[in-house]
Amino acid sequence: MSEPIIKFEKVVKSYGNYRVLNDLDFEVARGEKVTIIGPSGSGKSTVLRILMTLEKINGGVVSVGNEPLWHEKGPNGLIPAREAHLRKMRKQLGMVFQQFNLFPHMTVLRNLTEAPMSVLGLSKQDARERAEELLQLVGLSDQAQKFPNQLSGGQQQRVGIARALAMRPKVMLFDEPTSALDPELVGEVLNVIAKLAEEHDLTMLLVTHEMRFAREVSDRVCFFDQGNIKEQGTPDELFTNPREERTRAFLKAVLEG
Amino acid sequence: MPWFDYLKPLADGAWITVQLTVFSTILGALLSFIFGIGKLSDNWAIRAISIAYIEVFRGTSLLVQLFWLYFALPIAGDAIGLDLRLPPVVAGVAALGLNIGAYGAEVVRGAIQAVTPSQYEAATALNFTSRQTLWKISLPQAIPEMMPSFGNLAVQNLKDTALASLISLGDLAFRAEQLRNYTQDSTTIYTIVLLMYFGMALVLTAMMRVLEASVGRWRGARS
Repeated sequence: MSEPIIKFEKVVKSYGNYRVLNDLDFEVARGEKVTIIGPSGSGKSTVLRILMTLEKINGGVVSVGNEPLWHEKGPNGLIPAREAHLRKMRKQLGMVFQQFNLFPHMTVLRNLTEAPMSVLGLSKQDARERAEELLQLVGLSDQAQKFPNQLSGGQQQRVGIARALAMRPKVMLFDEPTSALDPELVGEVLNVIAKLAEEHDLTMLLVTHEMRFAREVSDRVCFFDQGNIKEQGTPDELFTNPREERTRAFLKAVLEG
Repeated sequence: MPWFDYLKPLADGAWITVQLTVFSTILGALLSFIFGIGKLSDNWAIRAISIAYIEVFRGTSLLVQLFWLYFALPIAGDAIGLDLRLPPVVAGVAALGLNIGAYGAEVVRGAIQAVTPSQYEAATALNFTSRQTLWKISLPQAIPEMMPSFGNLAVQNLKDTALASLISLGDLAFRAEQLRNYTQDSTTIYTIVLLMYFGMALVLTAMMRVLEASVGRWRGARS
């Protein structure tokens, strides 16, 4: 494995007495496409939310691009990160949410241009060009002037993907991007994600229940259980020949539904 | 005196009432946003000032606030060598605005807090600063939610202006009282006054509805 862009070292996350992540060690290489599967409550979404700085950690170190995410260098070693550090680190990450989380009061175009303009300082012209390219990529060029609630769920999620990409992140985090969609709309979103997966440089971390899709696009699949990686490997290894009993049981339950 | 002879003096008073309402509602709206946002500040001093303002002006009688600004403040000013005598209009607008602003601040705070956490998560993921999040994400979504309550407060405020007649401001209630003292024709005068307040309230409600529709256009959007 080449130099990791994401590194979890002995990471602990707990809510009260409940340990969501239990001394998790986890690495993702630059450009790697990794899928996280596992039962609910196994901590898979928490991994993404910690990376996007939506959840703090209670122990261990998370690094992005070789720099600690939740810590910064103080005079005597690492101290908890302050907002300025988090803002710097967040630039490298983009996130797609299960419930899309589009801004309902902005048009599709505005959803895509607002952050590039006010956060990255792009001119209106440049932000617009960037947005139009991305809308073309996700196949929604003709919807630019609509409001999110005028779109179908699948279209909204494609806008969500475009909105995250507009910030040019190095790592894209997909948190169950198709779980809130009607079955017939899942395909259009997965197609867009598959197209992105062809990009060599983009690192992707995907939490999903779409096993067939995970198999197609990922370099590696991690099975999470009880706050840690129970088993991981190439899609072929994990899906056709799981070593752990727990993995077999999970896959059986999911695939046979 | 025939009833239509009352109309001219009452209309003059109504005009004062309209002005009092407009200026104090604008002042109140400003204070609502300043202290409603202030109450959610990360800075404890700003938060403390906002809470103090809201509690003091919600927790004391408007009439006493009005009397305090008009009668007590000049005396308090004297004691420290300042001329704090306020013209009745200024005292009226200030008391009404400060009072309605305290209620409005809670409306603003509540509406901002009602914006779903997922919107704040999206804002964090796109790396907005907290100030940008407030101005670009939460306030635009919160303001349409505030409008029905603001409408209520504005009408409440219109009716509260009648208290200003007690500091000899020549508003509608003051004129009515003057005419009544002169003619003893209470029924006619107060019926007209009732209708005038009601008419003004209707206009105000209609205006608030137009405002509500214009700030919440995106909510009605459907294909």
